Amino acid sequence: MTVTASTDLRACVGIDRPGIRAEGVTKRYGRTVVVDDVHLDLPLGGVTALIGPNGAGKSTLLSIVGRLLAADGGRVTVAGLDVATSRSDELAKAMAVLRQENHLDIRLTVRELVTFGRYPHSKGRPTGDDLVHVEKALEYLDLTGLADRFLDQLSGGQRQRAFVAMVLCQDTDVVLLDEPLNNLDLRHAVAMMGRLRDAARELGRTIVVVVHDINVASCYADTIVAMRDGRVAACGSPAQIMQPDLLEDIYGLPVRVHEIDDQLIATYYG
Amino acid sequence: MPPETATLPARRLAPSTRVAITAVIALAVVAGFLLADTHGYADFVVPLRVRRLVALVLVGWAIAMSTVLFQTVTGNRILTPALMGFDALYVLVQTVVVFAFSASLLNGTDPRLQFALETLLMLVFALTLFRWLFSSGRYELHVLILVGMVFATLFRSIAAFLQRLIDPSEFQVLQNLMFASFTTVDEDLVWATAVVVAVATALVVRRLRVYDVLALGAGPATSLGVDHRRETTRVLALVAVLVSVSTALVGPITFFGLLVAHLAYQLAGTHRHAVVLPMAGLSAVICLVGGQFVLERLLEVTTTLSVVIELVGGLTFIALLIHRARRNLA
Repeated sequence: MTVTASTDLRACVGIDRPGIRAEGVTKRYGRTVVVDDVHLDLPLGGVTALIGPNGAGKSTLLSIVGRLLAADGGRVTVAGLDVATSRSDELAKAMAVLRQENHLDIRLTVRELVTFGRYPHSKGRPTGDDLVHVEKALEYLDLTGLADRFLDQLSGGQRQRAFVAMVLCQDTDVVLLDEPLNNLDLRHAVAMMGRLRDAARELGRTIVVVVHDINVASCYADTIVAMRDGRVAACGSPAQIMQPDLLEDIYGLPVRVHEIDDQLIATYYG
Repeated sequence: MPPETATLPARRLAPSTRVAITAVIALAVVAGFLLADTHGYADFVVPLRVRRLVALVLVGWAIAMSTVLFQTVTGNRILTPALMGFDALYVLVQTVVVFAFSASLLNGTDPRLQFALETLLMLVFALTLFRWLFSSGRYELHVLILVGMVFATLFRSIAAFLQRLIDPSEFQVLQNLMFASFTTVDEDLVWATAVVVAVATALVVRRLRVYDVLALGAGPATSLGVDHRRETTRVLALVAVLVSVSTALVGPITFFGLLVAHLAYQLAGTHRHAVVLPMAGLSAVICLVGGQFVLERLLEVTTTLSVVIELVGGLTFIALLIHRARRNLA
Protein backbone atom coordinates (compact mmCIF):
# COMPACT_ATOMS: atom_id res chain seq x y z
CA MET A 1 0.00 0.00 0.00
CA THR A 2 1.35 3.37 -0.95
CA VAL A 3 0.61 5.19 2.27
CA THR A 4 2.68 2.90 4.44
CA ALA A 5 5.82 3.90 2.59
CA SER A 6 5.78 7.38 4.04
CA THR A 7 5.35 6.32 7.69
CA ASP A 8 6.96 3.88 9.99
CA LEU A 9 4.40 1.16 10.63
CA ARG A 10 6.93 -0.54 12.86
CA ALA A 11 6.16 2.18 15.40
CA CYS A 12 2.99 0.27 16.18
CA VAL A 13 4.15 -3.34 16.05
CA GLY A 14 6.49 -5.19 18.34
CA ILE A 15 6.56 -2.75 21.27
CA ASP A 16 7.85 -4.07 24.59
CA ARG A 17 5.05 -4.50 27.15
CA PRO A 18 2.30 -2.88 25.08
CA GLY A 19 -0.89 -1.65 26.79
CA ILE A 20 -2.93 -3.16 24.01
CA ARG A 21 -1.81 -5.74 21.47
CA ALA A 22 -3.85 -6.92 18.49
CA GLU A 23 -2.52 -9.86 16.50
CA GLY A 24 -4.16 -10.70 13.19
CA VAL A 25 -7.58 -9.46 14.30
CA THR A 26 -10.23 -10.11 11.67
CA LYS A 27 -13.98 -9.52 11.62
CA ARG A 28 -16.35 -10.39 8.81
CA TYR A 29 -20.04 -9.79 8.29
CA GLY A 30 -21.01 -12.34 5.66
CA ARG A 31 -18.49 -11.79 2.90
CA THR A 32 -17.65 -8.23 3.90
CA VAL A 33 -14.40 -8.02 5.80
CA VAL A 34 -14.73 -5.14 8.24
CA VAL A 35 -11.46 -5.59 10.11
CA ASP A 36 -8.79 -7.27 8.03
CA ASP A 37 -5.87 -8.98 9.75
CA VAL A 38 -4.92 -6.04 11.97
CA HIS A 39 -1.62 -6.18 13.84
CA LEU A 40 -1.27 -3.30 16.25
CA ASP A 41 0.59 -2.53 19.48
CA LEU A 42 -0.40 0.51 21.50
CA PRO A 43 1.98 1.80 24.14
CA LEU A 44 1.16 1.75 27.84
CA GLY A 45 0.06 5.24 28.84
CA GLY A 46 -0.96 8.05 26.52
CA VAL A 47 -3.81 8.99 24.24
CA THR A 48 -4.23 7.10 21.00
CA ALA A 49 -6.65 8.42 18.38
CA LEU A 50 -8.20 6.06 15.85
CA ILE A 51 -9.03 7.99 12.69
CA GLY A 52 -10.23 7.10 9.23
CA PRO A 53 -13.23 7.43 6.92
CA ASN A 54 -16.66 5.89 7.63
CA GLY A 55 -16.57 2.13 7.37
CA ALA A 56 -12.82 1.93 7.94
CA GLY A 57 -13.37 -0.47 10.84
CA LYS A 58 -12.42 1.87 13.70
CA SER A 59 -15.46 1.24 15.87
CA THR A 60 -15.43 -2.47 15.11
CA LEU A 61 -11.78 -2.75 16.13
CA LEU A 62 -12.48 -0.79 19.31
CA SER A 63 -15.43 -3.06 20.14
CA ILE A 64 -13.29 -6.16 19.61
CA VAL A 65 -10.53 -4.80 21.86
CA GLY A 66 -13.20 -3.96 24.44
CA ARG A 67 -14.63 -7.55 24.17
CA LEU A 68 -18.02 -6.15 23.19
CA LEU A 69 -17.70 -7.99 19.90
CA ALA A 70 -16.07 -11.35 19.22
CA ALA A 71 -13.41 -11.40 16.50
CA ASP A 72 -13.54 -14.05 13.78
CA GLY A 73 -9.80 -14.45 13.94
CA GLY A 74 -6.76 -13.21 15.80
CA ARG A 75 -6.10 -12.35 19.39
CA VAL A 76 -6.29 -9.22 21.53
CA THR A 77 -4.50 -8.75 24.82
CA VAL A 78 -5.07 -5.82 27.13
CA ALA A 79 -2.54 -5.35 29.93
CA GLY A 80 -1.49 -8.94 29.30
CA LEU A 81 -5.03 -10.36 29.55
CA ASP A 82 -6.51 -12.13 26.52
CA VAL A 83 -9.88 -10.39 26.11
CA ALA A 84 -11.57 -13.43 24.60
CA THR A 85 -10.68 -15.87 27.38
CA SER A 86 -10.12 -13.81 30.53
CA ARG A 87 -12.88 -13.45 33.10
CA SER A 88 -15.07 -10.48 32.28
CA ASP A 89 -15.03 -9.21 35.87
CA GLU A 90 -11.22 -9.30 35.94
CA LEU A 91 -11.07 -7.40 32.65
CA ALA A 92 -13.48 -4.82 34.01
CA LYS A 93 -10.87 -3.79 36.56
CA ALA A 94 -8.28 -3.29 33.81
CA MET A 95 -10.35 -1.86 30.97
CA ALA A 96 -13.46 0.27 30.52
CA VAL A 97 -15.18 0.72 27.19
CA LEU A 98 -17.92 3.02 25.93
CA ARG A 99 -19.69 2.57 22.63
CA GLN A 100 -21.42 5.26 20.61
CA GLU A 101 -25.11 4.75 21.07
CA ASN A 102 -26.21 4.48 24.67
CA HIS A 103 -29.95 4.27 24.89
CA LEU A 104 -31.51 3.49 28.27
CA ASP A 105 -35.08 2.46 28.89
CA ILE A 106 -34.72 2.84 32.64
CA ARG A 107 -34.88 6.10 34.55
CA LEU A 108 -31.58 6.89 36.20
CA THR A 109 -30.09 10.03 37.67
CA VAL A 110 -26.64 11.08 36.53
CA ARG A 111 -25.18 10.11 39.91
CA GLU A 112 -26.81 6.67 39.81
CA LEU A 113 -25.35 6.07 36.35
CA VAL A 114 -21.87 7.19 37.35
CA THR A 115 -22.03 5.03 40.49
CA PHE A 116 -22.41 2.00 38.22
CA GLY A 117 -18.80 2.69 37.20
CA ARG A 118 -17.77 1.35 40.62
CA TYR A 119 -19.53 -1.98 40.06
CA PRO A 120 -16.36 -3.92 39.13
CA HIS A 121 -14.84 -2.92 42.47
CA SER A 122 -17.78 -2.99 44.86
CA LYS A 123 -20.28 -5.29 43.07
CA GLY A 124 -23.16 -2.93 43.63
CA ARG A 125 -22.47 -2.10 47.29
CA PRO A 126 -20.59 1.19 46.97
CA THR A 127 -18.31 2.04 49.88
CA GLY A 128 -17.34 5.51 51.04
CA ASP A 129 -14.25 5.27 48.87
CA ASP A 130 -16.40 4.46 45.85
CA LEU A 131 -18.61 7.49 46.49
CA VAL A 132 -15.51 9.71 46.60
CA HIS A 133 -14.60 8.36 43.16
CA VAL A 134 -18.11 9.11 41.93
CA GLU A 135 -18.03 12.72 43.11
CA LYS A 136 -14.60 13.15 41.56
CA ALA A 137 -15.76 11.80 38.21
CA LEU A 138 -18.84 14.07 38.30
CA GLU A 139 -16.66 17.06 39.00
CA TYR A 140 -14.14 16.01 36.36
CA LEU A 141 -16.79 16.20 33.66
CA ASP A 142 -18.51 19.31 34.95
CA LEU A 143 -21.62 17.37 36.02
CA THR A 144 -21.85 18.22 39.71
CA GLY A 145 -24.76 20.60 39.13
CA LEU A 146 -26.61 17.97 37.10
CA ALA A 147 -25.89 15.01 39.39
CA ASP A 148 -29.47 14.54 40.59
CA ARG A 149 -31.15 15.13 37.25
CA PHE A 150 -32.59 12.21 35.35
CA LEU A 151 -30.76 11.24 32.17
CA ASP A 152 -33.89 11.69 30.06
CA GLN A 153 -34.04 15.32 31.19
CA LEU A 154 -30.59 16.07 29.79
CA SER A 155 -29.38 17.15 26.38
CA GLY A 156 -27.47 14.72 24.19
CA GLY A 157 -24.13 16.28 25.10
CA GLN A 158 -24.82 16.22 28.84
CA ARG A 159 -25.86 12.60 28.61
CA GLN A 160 -22.70 11.78 26.69
CA ARG A 161 -20.61 13.36 29.45
CA ALA A 162 -22.49 11.33 32.06
CA PHE A 163 -21.59 8.09 30.29
CA VAL A 164 -17.97 9.14 29.97
CA ALA A 165 -17.97 9.96 33.69
CA MET A 166 -19.22 6.45 34.43
CA VAL A 167 -16.43 4.95 32.35
CA LEU A 168 -13.74 7.09 33.99
CA CYS A 169 -15.19 6.27 37.41
CA GLN A 170 -14.39 2.65 36.67
CA ASP A 171 -10.81 3.73 37.33
CA THR A 172 -9.10 1.37 34.87
CA ASP A 173 -5.67 1.58 33.28
CA VAL A 174 -7.14 1.20 29.82
CA VAL A 175 -10.10 3.30 28.62
CA LEU A 176 -11.68 2.86 25.18
CA LEU A 177 -14.10 5.52 23.94
CA ASP A 178 -15.97 5.45 20.66
CA GLU A 179 -16.54 9.04 19.52
CA PRO A 180 -16.74 10.59 22.98
CA LEU A 181 -17.09 14.04 21.41
CA ASN A 182 -20.47 13.22 19.84
CA ASN A 183 -23.02 15.94 20.59
CA LEU A 184 -20.55 17.99 22.59
CA ASP A 185 -20.25 21.74 22.07
CA LEU A 186 -16.81 23.27 21.50
CA ARG A 187 -16.17 24.08 25.13
CA HIS A 188 -17.05 20.62 26.40
CA ALA A 189 -15.27 18.88 23.54
CA VAL A 190 -12.06 20.73 24.33
CA ALA A 191 -12.54 20.13 28.05
CA MET A 192 -13.16 16.42 27.49
CA MET A 193 -10.02 15.95 25.38
CA GLY A 194 -8.01 17.96 27.90
CA ARG A 195 -9.29 15.73 30.73
CA LEU A 196 -8.45 12.59 28.80
CA ARG A 197 -4.94 13.87 28.06
CA ASP A 198 -4.48 14.77 31.74
CA ALA A 199 -5.62 11.32 32.80
CA ALA A 200 -3.11 9.79 30.40
CA ARG A 201 -0.20 11.99 31.46
CA GLU A 202 -0.80 12.31 35.18
CA LEU A 203 -2.33 8.93 35.97
CA GLY A 204 -0.54 6.93 33.27
CA ARG A 205 -3.79 5.76 31.68
CA THR A 206 -3.91 4.21 28.24
CA ILE A 207 -6.74 5.96 26.44
CA VAL A 208 -7.98 5.04 22.99
CA VAL A 209 -10.55 7.28 21.30
CA VAL A 210 -12.24 7.08 17.94
CA VAL A 211 -12.52 10.64 16.64
CA HIS A 212 -13.77 12.09 13.39
CA ASP A 213 -12.02 15.43 13.60
CA ILE A 214 -8.41 14.85 12.56
CA ASN A 215 -7.42 18.15 14.14
CA VAL A 216 -8.57 16.86 17.54
CA ALA A 217 -6.37 13.84 16.96
CA SER A 218 -3.49 16.06 15.91
CA CYS A 219 -3.70 18.34 18.96
CA TYR A 220 -4.50 15.87 21.73
CA ALA A 221 -3.22 12.42 20.77
CA ASP A 222 0.24 11.03 21.44
CA THR A 223 -0.26 8.36 18.81
CA ILE A 224 -2.54 8.37 15.78
CA VAL A 225 -3.68 5.18 14.11
CA ALA A 226 -5.19 5.78 10.69
CA MET A 227 -7.43 3.06 9.32
CA ARG A 228 -8.83 2.44 5.87
CA ASP A 229 -10.73 -0.55 4.48
CA GLY A 230 -10.35 -2.51 7.69
CA ARG A 231 -6.58 -2.21 7.81
CA VAL A 232 -4.13 0.00 9.65
CA ALA A 233 -3.02 2.35 6.89
CA ALA A 234 -0.60 4.35 8.99
CA CYS A 235 0.45 4.73 12.56
CA GLY A 236 2.71 7.18 14.33
CA SER A 237 3.00 10.48 16.15
CA PRO A 238 0.76 13.39 15.05
CA ALA A 239 3.74 14.89 13.18
CA GLN A 240 4.18 11.66 11.24
CA ILE A 241 0.51 11.28 10.38
CA MET A 242 -0.43 14.88 9.67
CA GLN A 243 1.01 14.72 6.16
CA PRO A 244 -1.06 16.03 3.22
CA ASP A 245 -0.38 13.03 0.94
CA LEU A 246 -1.07 10.52 3.63
CA LEU A 247 -4.34 12.12 4.78
CA GLU A 248 -5.44 12.57 1.19
CA ASP A 249 -4.83 8.91 0.57
CA ILE A 250 -6.80 7.87 3.64
CA TYR A 251 -9.79 10.16 3.24
CA GLY A 252 -9.83 10.43 -0.55
CA LEU A 253 -9.99 14.20 -0.70
CA PRO A 254 -7.37 16.96 -0.95
CA VAL A 255 -6.05 17.96 2.48
CA ARG A 256 -3.69 20.81 3.34
CA VAL A 257 -1.77 20.84 6.62
CA HIS A 258 -0.78 24.12 8.27
CA GLU A 259 1.28 24.83 11.32
CA ILE A 260 -0.65 27.30 13.43
CA ASP A 261 0.54 28.21 16.95
CA ASP A 262 2.71 25.07 17.07
CA GLN A 263 -0.26 22.90 16.16
CA LEU A 264 -0.64 20.94 12.95
CA ILE A 265 -4.04 21.82 11.56
CA ALA A 266 -5.52 20.19 8.49
CA THR A 267 -7.92 22.07 6.26
CA TYR A 268 -9.99 20.28 3.72
CA TYR A 269 -12.99 22.45 2.88
CA GLY A 270 -13.45 23.00 -0.84
CA MET B 1 -36.67 20.58 28.75
CA PRO B 2 -39.44 21.17 31.35
CA PRO B 3 -38.79 19.68 34.78
CA GLU B 4 -41.00 16.70 35.45
CA THR B 5 -43.06 17.94 38.32
CA ALA B 6 -45.21 14.82 38.32
CA THR B 7 -42.35 12.63 39.48
CA LEU B 8 -41.07 14.93 42.18
CA PRO B 9 -43.62 14.29 44.95
CA ALA B 10 -43.37 10.57 44.24
CA ARG B 11 -39.68 10.59 45.08
CA ARG B 12 -40.07 11.79 48.64
CA LEU B 13 -40.70 8.44 50.30
CA ALA B 14 -37.72 6.14 50.67
CA PRO B 15 -37.98 2.99 48.51
CA SER B 16 -37.97 0.72 51.58
CA THR B 17 -40.92 2.63 53.04
CA ARG B 18 -42.79 2.24 49.78
CA VAL B 19 -42.26 -1.51 49.76
CA ALA B 20 -43.37 -1.68 53.37
CA ILE B 21 -46.58 0.25 52.65
CA THR B 22 -47.35 -1.95 49.64
CA ALA B 23 -46.67 -5.06 51.74
CA VAL B 24 -49.14 -3.87 54.37
CA ILE B 25 -51.80 -3.27 51.73
CA ALA B 26 -51.12 -6.72 50.26
CA LEU B 27 -51.48 -8.30 53.70
CA ALA B 28 -54.74 -6.45 54.30
CA VAL B 29 -56.08 -7.70 50.96
CA VAL B 30 -54.99 -11.25 51.78
CA ALA B 31 -56.66 -11.06 55.19
CA GLY B 32 -59.85 -9.72 53.61
CA PHE B 33 -59.83 -12.51 51.04
CA LEU B 34 -59.43 -15.19 53.72
CA LEU B 35 -61.65 -13.91 56.48
CA ALA B 36 -64.50 -11.86 55.00
CA ASP B 37 -68.02 -13.30 54.77
CA THR B 38 -67.31 -16.62 56.39
CA HIS B 39 -70.89 -16.68 57.78
CA GLY B 40 -69.68 -18.43 60.91
CA TYR B 41 -68.13 -21.37 59.01
CA ALA B 42 -64.59 -20.04 59.28
CA ASP B 43 -62.93 -23.38 60.08
CA PHE B 44 -64.50 -24.86 56.98
CA VAL B 45 -64.21 -21.93 54.58
CA VAL B 46 -60.76 -20.56 55.42
CA PRO B 47 -58.72 -23.71 54.57
CA LEU B 48 -60.52 -23.88 51.23
CA ARG B 49 -59.66 -20.30 50.54
CA VAL B 50 -56.03 -20.76 51.59
CA ARG B 51 -55.35 -23.09 48.69
CA ARG B 52 -56.77 -20.65 46.17
CA LEU B 53 -54.98 -17.79 47.84
CA VAL B 54 -51.64 -19.59 47.57
CA ALA B 55 -52.30 -20.22 43.90
CA LEU B 56 -53.14 -16.56 43.24
CA VAL B 57 -50.08 -15.33 45.14
CA LEU B 58 -47.78 -17.76 43.31
CA VAL B 59 -49.14 -16.85 39.90
CA GLY B 60 -48.96 -13.13 40.62
CA TRP B 61 -45.43 -13.39 41.94
CA ALA B 62 -44.26 -15.56 39.04
CA ILE B 63 -45.76 -13.31 36.38
CA ALA B 64 -44.48 -10.12 38.02
CA MET B 65 -40.95 -11.43 38.45
CA SER B 66 -40.75 -12.95 34.99
CA THR B 67 -42.02 -9.78 33.33
CA VAL B 68 -39.65 -7.41 35.13
CA LEU B 69 -36.64 -9.67 34.50
CA PHE B 70 -37.59 -10.15 30.87
CA GLN B 71 -37.85 -6.39 30.39
CA THR B 72 -34.49 -5.94 32.08
CA VAL B 73 -32.60 -8.32 29.81
CA THR B 74 -34.34 -7.15 26.65
CA GLY B 75 -33.71 -3.50 27.58
CA ASN B 76 -37.28 -2.75 26.79
CA ARG B 77 -40.28 -1.90 28.90
CA ILE B 78 -43.06 -2.75 26.51
CA LEU B 79 -42.23 -6.34 25.66
CA THR B 80 -43.38 -9.04 28.04
CA PRO B 81 -42.98 -12.81 27.90
CA ALA B 82 -46.69 -13.09 27.21
CA LEU B 83 -46.56 -10.60 24.34
CA MET B 84 -43.67 -12.56 22.86
CA GLY B 85 -45.79 -15.70 22.78
CA PHE B 86 -44.27 -17.46 25.80
CA ASP B 87 -47.57 -18.70 27.17
CA ALA B 88 -48.91 -19.52 23.72
CA LEU B 89 -45.82 -21.70 23.43
CA TYR B 90 -46.79 -23.44 26.66
CA VAL B 91 -50.28 -24.20 25.37
CA LEU B 92 -48.68 -25.56 22.20
CA VAL B 93 -46.35 -27.79 24.19
CA GLN B 94 -49.33 -29.09 26.17
CA THR B 95 -51.25 -29.76 23.00
CA VAL B 96 -48.37 -31.56 21.34
CA VAL B 97 -47.95 -33.74 24.39
CA VAL B 98 -51.64 -34.68 24.39
CA PHE B 99 -51.56 -35.19 20.62
CA ALA B 100 -48.47 -37.37 20.68
CA PHE B 101 -49.10 -39.42 23.80
CA SER B 102 -52.90 -39.29 24.23
CA ALA B 103 -54.68 -37.89 27.22
CA SER B 104 -55.19 -41.26 28.87
CA LEU B 105 -51.46 -41.66 29.21
CA LEU B 106 -51.29 -38.16 30.63
CA ASN B 107 -54.00 -38.87 33.14
CA GLY B 108 -52.15 -42.02 34.14
CA THR B 109 -48.87 -40.29 34.96
CA ASP B 110 -48.07 -38.26 38.02
CA PRO B 111 -49.17 -34.69 37.24
CA ARG B 112 -45.99 -33.36 38.83
CA LEU B 113 -43.79 -35.51 36.60
CA GLN B 114 -45.82 -34.45 33.59
CA PHE B 115 -45.54 -30.84 34.70
CA ALA B 116 -41.77 -31.16 35.09
CA LEU B 117 -41.37 -32.67 31.64
CA GLU B 118 -43.51 -30.00 30.02
CA THR B 119 -41.58 -27.27 31.77
CA LEU B 120 -38.34 -28.78 30.58
CA LEU B 121 -39.60 -28.93 27.03
CA MET B 122 -40.76 -25.34 27.30
CA LEU B 123 -37.34 -24.34 28.62
CA VAL B 124 -35.54 -25.82 25.64
CA PHE B 125 -37.93 -24.23 23.15
CA ALA B 126 -37.97 -20.82 24.79
CA LEU B 127 -34.20 -20.64 25.14
CA THR B 128 -33.62 -21.61 21.52
CA LEU B 129 -36.18 -19.11 20.30
CA PHE B 130 -35.13 -16.16 22.41
CA ARG B 131 -31.41 -16.75 22.10
CA TRP B 132 -31.89 -16.61 18.37
CA LEU B 133 -34.12 -13.56 18.58
CA PHE B 134 -31.98 -11.50 20.94
CA SER B 135 -28.48 -12.68 20.09
CA SER B 136 -27.93 -10.41 17.12
CA GLY B 137 -28.12 -7.17 19.04
CA ARG B 138 -31.12 -4.95 19.59
CA TYR B 139 -33.98 -4.94 17.20
CA GLU B 140 -36.38 -2.12 16.68
CA LEU B 141 -39.18 -2.39 19.20
CA HIS B 142 -41.97 -2.61 16.67
CA VAL B 143 -40.14 -5.40 14.83
CA LEU B 144 -39.91 -7.40 18.07
CA ILE B 145 -43.57 -6.82 18.90
CA LEU B 146 -44.55 -7.94 15.42
CA VAL B 147 -42.30 -10.99 15.65
CA GLY B 148 -43.84 -11.80 19.03
CA MET B 149 -47.37 -11.44 17.71
CA VAL B 150 -46.53 -13.60 14.71
CA PHE B 151 -44.99 -16.29 16.92
CA ALA B 152 -47.88 -16.17 19.39
CA THR B 153 -50.36 -16.52 16.51
CA LEU B 154 -48.31 -19.28 14.95
CA PHE B 155 -48.15 -21.22 18.22
CA ARG B 156 -51.88 -20.78 18.81
CA SER B 157 -52.72 -21.78 15.23
CA ILE B 158 -50.62 -24.94 15.36
CA ALA B 159 -52.13 -25.75 18.73
CA ALA B 160 -55.64 -25.13 17.40
CA PHE B 161 -54.94 -27.32 14.38
CA LEU B 162 -53.68 -30.18 16.52
CA GLN B 163 -56.64 -29.76 18.85
CA ARG B 164 -58.98 -30.38 15.91
CA LEU B 165 -57.22 -33.67 15.20
CA ILE B 166 -57.42 -34.80 18.79
CA ASP B 167 -60.14 -37.10 20.01
CA PRO B 168 -62.98 -34.96 21.51
CA SER B 169 -62.66 -36.59 24.90
CA GLU B 170 -58.96 -35.89 24.98
CA PHE B 171 -59.66 -32.36 23.91
CA GLN B 172 -61.60 -31.96 27.15
CA VAL B 173 -58.37 -32.47 29.07
CA LEU B 174 -56.77 -29.65 27.18
CA GLN B 175 -59.61 -27.23 27.26
CA ASN B 176 -59.16 -25.83 30.73
CA LEU B 177 -55.57 -25.00 29.83
CA MET B 178 -56.62 -22.64 27.10
CA PHE B 179 -58.49 -20.04 29.13
CA ALA B 180 -57.26 -18.22 32.16
CA SER B 181 -59.24 -19.16 35.21
CA PHE B 182 -58.60 -18.16 38.78
CA THR B 183 -61.47 -20.13 40.22
CA THR B 184 -60.50 -23.66 39.29
CA VAL B 185 -56.97 -24.41 40.35
CA ASP B 186 -55.32 -27.80 40.29
CA GLU B 187 -54.40 -28.66 43.87
CA ASP B 188 -51.51 -31.01 43.05
CA LEU B 189 -49.84 -28.33 41.03
CA VAL B 190 -50.06 -25.62 43.67
CA TRP B 191 -47.41 -27.14 45.89
CA ALA B 192 -45.11 -28.09 43.02
CA THR B 193 -45.43 -24.52 41.79
CA ALA B 194 -44.67 -23.18 45.24
CA VAL B 195 -41.37 -25.05 45.26
CA VAL B 196 -40.43 -23.85 41.77
CA VAL B 197 -41.32 -20.23 42.50
CA ALA B 198 -39.44 -20.32 45.82
CA VAL B 199 -36.29 -21.70 44.18
CA ALA B 200 -36.53 -19.17 41.36
CA THR B 201 -36.95 -16.33 43.85
CA ALA B 202 -33.94 -17.50 45.84
CA LEU B 203 -31.82 -17.56 42.66
CA VAL B 204 -33.01 -14.09 41.72
CA VAL B 205 -32.34 -12.61 45.16
CA ARG B 206 -28.67 -13.59 44.92
CA ARG B 207 -28.26 -11.69 41.65
CA LEU B 208 -30.31 -8.54 42.19
CA ARG B 209 -27.32 -6.25 41.70
CA VAL B 210 -26.26 -8.07 38.56
CA TYR B 211 -29.72 -7.39 37.14
CA ASP B 212 -29.32 -3.68 37.92
CA VAL B 213 -26.24 -3.70 35.70
CA LEU B 214 -27.88 -5.84 32.99
CA ALA B 215 -30.56 -3.15 32.62
CA LEU B 216 -27.88 -0.79 31.28
CA GLY B 217 -27.68 -2.91 28.12
CA ALA B 218 -25.13 -5.29 26.65
CA GLY B 219 -22.31 -2.78 26.06
CA PRO B 220 -22.15 -1.06 29.46
CA ALA B 221 -22.88 -4.32 31.32
CA THR B 222 -19.97 -6.05 29.58
CA SER B 223 -17.68 -3.10 30.24
CA LEU B 224 -18.60 -3.37 33.92
CA GLY B 225 -17.57 -7.01 33.94
CA VAL B 226 -20.95 -8.77 33.81
CA ASP B 227 -20.99 -11.74 31.47
CA HIS B 228 -23.98 -10.46 29.53
CA ARG B 229 -24.62 -13.53 27.43
CA ARG B 230 -24.50 -15.95 30.34
CA GLU B 231 -26.64 -13.81 32.63
CA THR B 232 -29.20 -13.17 29.89
CA THR B 233 -29.47 -16.87 29.15
CA ARG B 234 -30.00 -17.61 32.84
CA VAL B 235 -32.70 -14.98 33.12
CA LEU B 236 -34.49 -16.22 30.00
CA ALA B 237 -34.38 -19.75 31.43
CA LEU B 238 -35.86 -18.51 34.71
CA VAL B 239 -38.54 -16.60 32.81
CA ALA B 240 -39.42 -19.69 30.78
CA VAL B 241 -39.85 -21.74 33.94
CA LEU B 242 -41.88 -19.06 35.72
CA VAL B 243 -44.19 -18.59 32.74
CA SER B 244 -44.63 -22.36 32.51
CA VAL B 245 -45.69 -22.68 36.10
CA SER B 246 -48.05 -19.73 36.07
CA THR B 247 -49.62 -20.83 32.79
CA ALA B 248 -49.93 -24.38 34.05
CA LEU B 249 -51.74 -23.12 37.13
CA VAL B 250 -54.27 -20.67 35.70
CA GLY B 251 -53.80 -20.46 31.93
CA PRO B 252 -52.47 -17.67 29.73
CA ILE B 253 -52.98 -14.02 30.68
CA THR B 254 -51.46 -11.62 28.20
CA PHE B 255 -51.34 -8.16 29.71
CA PHE B 256 -51.18 -8.77 33.44
CA GLY B 257 -47.37 -8.81 33.61
CA LEU B 258 -47.14 -5.52 31.76
CA LEU B 259 -49.66 -3.95 34.13
CA VAL B 260 -47.91 -4.92 37.37
CA ALA B 261 -44.41 -4.25 36.04
CA HIS B 262 -45.34 -0.69 35.17
CA LEU B 263 -47.16 -0.24 38.46
CA ALA B 264 -43.93 -1.28 40.14
CA TYR B 265 -41.75 1.05 38.04
CA GLN B 266 -44.01 3.96 38.96
CA LEU B 267 -44.30 3.08 42.64
CA ALA B 268 -40.70 2.00 43.30
CA GLY B 269 -39.09 5.38 42.62
CA THR B 270 -35.77 3.67 41.87
CA HIS B 271 -34.31 1.42 39.19
CA ARG B 272 -32.97 -1.09 41.73
CA HIS B 273 -34.29 -4.61 41.34
CA ALA B 274 -34.11 -5.07 45.10
CA VAL B 275 -37.07 -2.66 45.23
CA VAL B 276 -38.74 -3.07 41.84
CA LEU B 277 -39.10 -6.88 42.03
CA PRO B 278 -40.83 -7.07 45.43
CA MET B 279 -42.92 -4.07 44.44
CA ALA B 280 -44.05 -5.84 41.26
CA GLY B 281 -44.75 -9.06 43.16
CA LEU B 282 -46.78 -7.27 45.82
CA SER B 283 -48.70 -5.23 43.23
CA ALA B 284 -49.54 -8.49 41.47
CA VAL B 285 -50.82 -10.01 44.72
CA ILE B 286 -52.92 -6.94 45.41
CA CYS B 287 -54.38 -6.96 41.89
CA LEU B 288 -55.12 -10.69 41.76
CA VAL B 289 -56.28 -11.34 45.31
CA GLY B 290 -57.93 -7.94 45.65
CA GLY B 291 -59.57 -8.28 42.23
CA GLN B 292 -60.87 -11.73 43.03
CA PHE B 293 -62.16 -10.52 46.40
CA VAL B 294 -63.95 -7.53 44.91
CA LEU B 295 -65.52 -9.55 42.12
CA GLU B 296 -66.61 -12.48 44.26
CA ARG B 297 -67.68 -10.86 47.50
CA LEU B 298 -68.63 -7.34 46.57
CA LEU B 299 -69.92 -7.68 43.02
CA GLU B 300 -70.80 -11.36 43.35
CA VAL B 301 -69.68 -12.45 39.90
CA THR B 302 -67.33 -15.41 39.58
CA THR B 303 -65.27 -15.99 36.47
CA THR B 304 -64.45 -12.61 35.00
CA LEU B 305 -61.26 -11.53 36.79
CA SER B 306 -59.08 -12.46 33.83
CA VAL B 307 -61.28 -10.38 31.57
CA VAL B 308 -60.99 -7.34 33.83
CA ILE B 309 -57.21 -7.77 34.10
CA GLU B 310 -56.83 -8.12 30.37
CA LEU B 311 -58.92 -5.02 29.80
CA VAL B 312 -56.93 -2.85 32.22
CA GLY B 313 -53.61 -4.35 31.12
CA GLY B 314 -54.48 -3.96 27.45
CA LEU B 315 -55.33 -0.30 28.00
CA THR B 316 -51.98 0.15 29.77
CA PHE B 317 -50.24 -1.41 26.79
CA ILE B 318 -51.95 0.95 24.35
CA ALA B 319 -51.23 3.95 26.60
CA LEU B 320 -47.55 2.99 26.76
CA LEU B 321 -47.32 2.64 22.99
CA ILE B 322 -48.95 6.02 22.43
CA HIS B 323 -46.78 7.66 25.09
CA ARG B 324 -43.65 6.26 23.48
CA ALA B 325 -44.72 7.27 19.98
CA ARG B 326 -45.29 10.82 21.23
CA ARG B 327 -41.92 10.88 22.97
CA ASN B 328 -40.19 9.70 19.81
CA LEU B 329 -41.93 12.38 17.76
CA ALA B 330 -41.06 15.13 20.23
